[in-house]
Amino acid sequence: MKQEIDWAAFPDARGHFGPYGGRFVAETLMGALDELQAVYEKYMKDPQFLAELDADLQHFVGRPSPLYHAERLSRELGGAQVYLKREDLNHTGAHKVNNTIGQALLAKRLGKTRIIAETGAGQHGVATATVAARLGLECVVYMGAEDIQRQSPNVYRMRLLGADVVAVKSGSRTLKDALNEAMRDWVTNVDDTFYIIGTVAGPHPYPAMVRDFQSVIGREARAQHLEMTGRLPDALVACVGGGSNAIGLFHPFLGDTSVAMIGVEAGGEGVATGRHSAPLCAGRPGVLHGNRTYLMEDDNGQIIETHSISAGLDYPGVGPEHAWLKDIGRATYVSVTDDESLRAFHRLTRTEGIIPALETSHAIAHVLALAPSMRADQSVIINLSGRGDKDLNTIARLEGIEL
Amino acid sequence: MSRITKRFAETRSKGRSALVPYVTAGDPSPDVTVPLMHDLVAARADLLELGVPFSDPMADGPVIQQACERALSHGTSLRDVMGMVRVFREHDQDTPVVLMGYLNPVERMGVEVFAEAAAAAGVDGVLMVDLPPEESGDWTGVLERVGIDPIFLIAPTTTDKRLRQVSAAARGFIYYVSLKGVTGSQTLDTAELGNRLESIRALTALPLGVGFGIRDANTAASVARVADAVVVGSAIVQLVTRFPQAPEQFRAAAADLVREMRAAMDKARVAEVPAPA
Repeated sequence: MKQEIDWAAFPDARGHFGPYGGRFVAETLMGALDELQAVYEKYMKDPQFLAELDADLQHFVGRPSPLYHAERLSRELGGAQVYLKREDLNHTGAHKVNNTIGQALLAKRLGKTRIIAETGAGQHGVATATVAARLGLECVVYMGAEDIQRQSPNVYRMRLLGADVVAVKSGSRTLKDALNEAMRDWVTNVDDTFYIIGTVAGPHPYPAMVRDFQSVIGREARAQHLEMTGRLPDALVACVGGGSNAIGLFHPFLGDTSVAMIGVEAGGEGVATGRHSAPLCAGRPGVLHGNRTYLMEDDNGQIIETHSISAGLDYPGVGPEHAWLKDIGRATYVSVTDDESLRAFHRLTRTEGIIPALETSHAIAHVLALAPSMRADQSVIINLSGRGDKDLNTIARLEGIEL
Repeated sequence: MSRITKRFAETRSKGRSALVPYVTAGDPSPDVTVPLMHDLVAARADLLELGVPFSDPMADGPVIQQACERALSHGTSLRDVMGMVRVFREHDQDTPVVLMGYLNPVERMGVEVFAEAAAAAGVDGVLMVDLPPEESGDWTGVLERVGIDPIFLIAPTTTDKRLRQVSAAARGFIYYVSLKGVTGSQTLDTAELGNRLESIRALTALPLGVGFGIRDANTAASVARVADAVVVGSAIVQLVTRFPQAPEQFRAAAADLVREMRAAMDKARVAEVPAPA
């Protein structure tokens, strides 16, 4: 970096990270977004709100999550020490709940009685249904019809929690279409409904707000690593679909210029085949879902269908802050194929006794290649963003096993 | 004076509310669109709104989503849509045409390239659903340089402060989204609409078009009493599915609906013309 960047100055007042972000929505939602921004800015400075959030994170979610030194894996790789930030140990099994707890507390303060959400892998849907159940709020979760097939355990969990899971059959029937449908619901029911977006995308203030709620991951990891080793890590690695777990880990380290940050996108069948979900690696800037960011689109500006083994990464866009971090060179973005992530899934499971989500397995796969090129006195933190129970059916099917 | 401004001056002087049918370009197939546009004009449409198909029409209900999917299945691109306007203009130099769509296909083409091509094709106004004035940057300037009116939406949730901002950026007319929801939603309270339009007129001199939720001749007639223009989209577009194998019958049914609405609007609107601000 040539000059010091004041990271706290981003996004600007209208939600821009350089040329990315912003608020590209139909007029009906502008008022609701203004209201949300005002309430979010107010309560993020309110000691009572922050104390309530902290208490929920501690007693309901189970934070702080451990930073675990994966010694056996590190030894086998013969390079850097690998640390796992155990977001899989959170209540509901992934990092998503950090954000839904925060947004649900805001919904309560706004007096909204109905919660809606979109979900891909179902982790965000489960985390939303969980907080809605706890607060006694009506909950509707939009989920692509194809994702409902491949993530059936999570669909059942949401229904057990009292959520109405609506199958979205338009477009590619995955996460992007679920987001379209949730937006349509919100525009129709804007008076009593709070839309809990699950990732760092969408119109301002969502990318900033979700980042702020997820940054607890990086704050804890930074303090834990300093305490365990007396120094900062050399690299952070996280998978990137929309990018909420990655930004949560990266953000508190942005000013630590010695720390490299690597986001791992879903390479699907390989970026060269076109069947992937890697907009930062192979897309270009455009406007979708309320923000300007890197997208996967055709020559006519139509959004194209994405592919990934992992439903949570199967999205044609990415959070605008990642787009900006890529352009300014503060973070780098790579891709990992379906096959590589599957191998990483098995490797971590057998080496450390931890079954990771398929999303998370993409980050692990990159570290399997990266760590051996580093010295033993260096370290890498992987955001172990979710546990793999929800993927057992998918993996069993791929291996021809009937459960 | 733009074709849109001229047309509203005419309808206002005749004490009538303009009827603006919306169709998705390329739906059900690209060859239908230009003949359909002529049919709608023959049925006494005053302006035409042409939807540019997009893969992710976030502000649209199922009827127009499916129209987009049908049009995209034939590969209808933004360039194709402008081509349709160019062909339409060979036989109609008077009826204003407004393109309505989403920003990404325009950005992909490049805003300046788009503006010049649209002007050359004979497009009069452009409405980008997902481009509020806050993000529009030089958009209005680029369009105005080529003589195209930037059209903007306002909604029941729009504050007075933003309304002034929209009014300052907009040309031609302002499109009032008559209810909270996506296109094709059901209910419309026309009494409340009248009050709302009156308070909007205090803040802008531009003609006010009203759309979303106008499904039949009766509703069109009651909206015509208070609005400068009545925009009808989903009610026309859903006729496509009634005649899946017969696009000529769809064209005839669409024209019949427009004719019926026009007649009801003319009947409703006699003496009580809201005074132009």
